[in-house]
Parts: sequence; C-alpha cells; structure tokens
Amino acid sequence: MAALRSTSRLVASSRPLFRPAFASRSYATVGEPAPSEQPKMKTFHIYRWNPDEPAEKPKMQSYTLDLKKTGPMMLDALIRIKNEMDPTLTFRRSCREGICGSCAMNIDGVNTLACLCRIPTDTAKESRIYPLPHTYVVKDLVPDLTYFYKQYKSIKPYLQRDTPSEDGLEYRQSQEDRKKLDGLYECILCACCSTSCPSYWWNSEEYLGPAILLQSYRWLADSRDEKTAERKAALDNSMSVYRCHTILNCSRTCPKGLNPARAIAEIKKMLTSH
Amino acid sequence: MNSASPVAVAMGRNMQIRPATSAANLADPTKILPQQRLNRPVAPHLTIYRPQVTWVLSSLNRITGFALSGSLYLFASAYLVAPLFGWHLESASLAAAFGALPLIAKVLIKSTVALPFTFHSLNGIRHLMWDLGRGLTNQQVIKTGWTVVGLSVVSALAIAFM
Repeated sequence: MAALRSTSRLVASSRPLFRPAFASRSYATVGEPAPSEQPKMKTFHIYRWNPDEPAEKPKMQSYTLDLKKTGPMMLDALIRIKNEMDPTLTFRRSCREGICGSCAMNIDGVNTLACLCRIPTDTAKESRIYPLPHTYVVKDLVPDLTYFYKQYKSIKPYLQRDTPSEDGLEYRQSQEDRKKLDGLYECILCACCSTSCPSYWWNSEEYLGPAILLQSYRWLADSRDEKTAERKAALDNSMSVYRCHTILNCSRTCPKGLNPARAIAEIKKMLTSH
Repeated sequence: MNSASPVAVAMGRNMQIRPATSAANLADPTKILPQQRLNRPVAPHLTIYRPQVTWVLSSLNRITGFALSGSLYLFASAYLVAPLFGWHLESASLAAAFGALPLIAKVLIKSTVALPFTFHSLNGIRHLMWDLGRGLTNQQVIKTGWTVVGLSVVSALAIAFM
C-alpha cells in the first residue's frame, strides 16, 4: 500500500522528483500568498495525550498557523499542523466532506466534524480542540468508540421480517412511508450528538444515547420492518430510552442538521401507546 | 511482497516512513491494547462544553427543582416538629417577622424564592411540550428557552414587589 502510494504520487504530482516529501503540499495548504499580504496568524490549542507515556497527564499544546496559507476548515488546519509542524499529532479523518464521520471532535466547545467546521476568521480568538467529550482517549483527538458501536449493534440495525414480499422481488413501501425515514437515514454515526449529551456522559453504560436512539427510531418507523413489537420491548425499561431528559444538546450539535431529540420523543410516544 | 515500481525502489521511496511509532516491544502483543485501556484518560466534558441555552437551562431546571422541593421538605418537617421544640412557624408569626424586615430585604428574599419557582414552572411547560413531540427544532428550542428566562425574571420581580 505504501509503495503504491509513493509511486502514484510520483506519477500524479507535478512536484520535482527529488523534492523531499515533507515539503510537499496537501489540500490543507493553500498556495503562497502575495508577498504584500500581511500574515493572519491564529493559535490553536489542541488536546494531547500519548498512550506510550501513560504517566503523563493530558495537556494542551499550542500551534500557530497563518490562515492565509491554510485551507478554510478546521480539518485543513489539523492536517497542516500534522504535515508541517508536528507529525505526532493524531486524529481520525477520511472523506473531508462530512460523510464518513471520522473527524468528529469538540471544537471551540461544541461537537462537530472538523471537515465541516470553518476556522473562525477572528484571529484574536484562539481555538481549542478536544476529543469528543467524556470518551476514553486512545491518543490525542482519537476517542475509543468501541462501546458506542456495540450499542449500535445491540439495536439490530437491519431490516427484520418473516413474510416474503408479494412478488418475491423487493419490499416496497409507499412514498408517504418512505418520507418517514427522511431525517433519519442521513445519520452517519459520528457520535457528536451522543457525546454532547450530559445524560450519556453519566450513563453511557446503559443509556443508548441520541445517535443510537435515532437509529432505533429509523427501524421502528420503517413500514417494511415486522419486528416493531420486539424492538419496542427491548427499549421499554428505565435506562435505554428514559435517561433522555430532553436536554436537547443532541439536535443543537448535529453536524448533519438532523434532530435526534425528535426521534427520541417519537420513541417515547410509541412506548406509551402499547 | 514488494510490489513497488522499479523507479520507486531505485529511489528508496518504496517504504513508508512513520515517525513516532507506538512501542511494540512488549513480550505479548495481545496485551498492548488491554494495557492502554487501563490508562486511557476520559476526555474533558462539562468544563469545556460551550454554555448553551439547551443544557444550561436543563441543569437550572434540575437545580431549581431540587432547591424548591428540598426547601419544602425542610420547612414542612420543621413545621411538623415545631411544637416539640417550641418554634413558632405558624403563618401569623412568620408574617409578623417578615413584616418587620426592611423593604430591600423583603424584595430580595421574595425574589430569591420566586425566581426558582417561576423558572421551574414555566420551563416545565416546555418539557411537557417536548414530551408531546412539539417544539423540538433548534430555533424553537432557543426561542422558547430565552422566552422562559425573560418571563420568569419578570414574573419573579412582579411577585417580589407585590
């Protein structure tokens, strides 16, 4: 893989063959600004913790970048820091367009995707970047989401039915029924909402949290699914759903503009109408 | 194994260089992850999250609820045992004691009791609405939140000056 990458780079890039790799530009770096332009320096304070030095406490490390040479998004700043200043900085990223959910983190106090978050152009204000709140930190900005994914698995996030379709082909649904899934299927499971929820902070062992509950409702609301009763029974206890106290941080923070709080409210309504 | 192109091999670019790798010299590699898990810190949460009308009002709702019910329980139990200790907690003597206070103290005491009450009552209406599945969009939540803050301050002052 590594070899593949370096050869394809040789072919694809226009930079000279013997230019060292660390001097190469990435998407995160913008071209050299005109010499007359004043640099626009902004400081980023980033949470650091290294598992190889577990005795050391987590600390904030500061990096100052010229915004004129940096792309517009927070992810651009992070990639530029990693490429050009500190290769030990660790974070997850993949699609850089808000569809993979890898770069979810707490930026300036709010959970969001770094790739969808513009760098505030006010250079007087310094940005602070933390991992998703109240998660176990694997390294720097990388949270351990193992339990989150286990919770997702526990709600059986797939179509369950026993009866075959009438024509033996596909399971059809009316346009109205399909509309009920809008605002639910778009969730990318980035965990921004769940880790913004104080209830989930204190009860993540048993409370499913907004992201997983939105997914639960996505299958409860699906007209093609036949296990609605079982799904409801699995949620009908004091912890799975009812640790939601309508704090509503979830909908406030969702980088995809979805409304997990409404999904949870609908689940609560479904559970009360047996 | 090495599938790099001859050019890349000739230039020494067929290998990926990774600065700062994890320590992998443990005797049992399967122990690396469990050992790291023992040490992992919890990412900061309440102290770093931006104060927003959503969670700040929610926590205030809880705090005022505790304060109101707590003081009710305290006063009710004190009222219950008052005859045993010879305390005078009847309405008439309380009213007389309160009437003897200067005006500023009256207004201050009344508003500190009235504000949690008005806020908790008005915010409770929001919570009931949400339980019906209404008013859950971001704009509505922000708007009703600040409305409740304004209304509870105004009504608390109105009660305090009554």
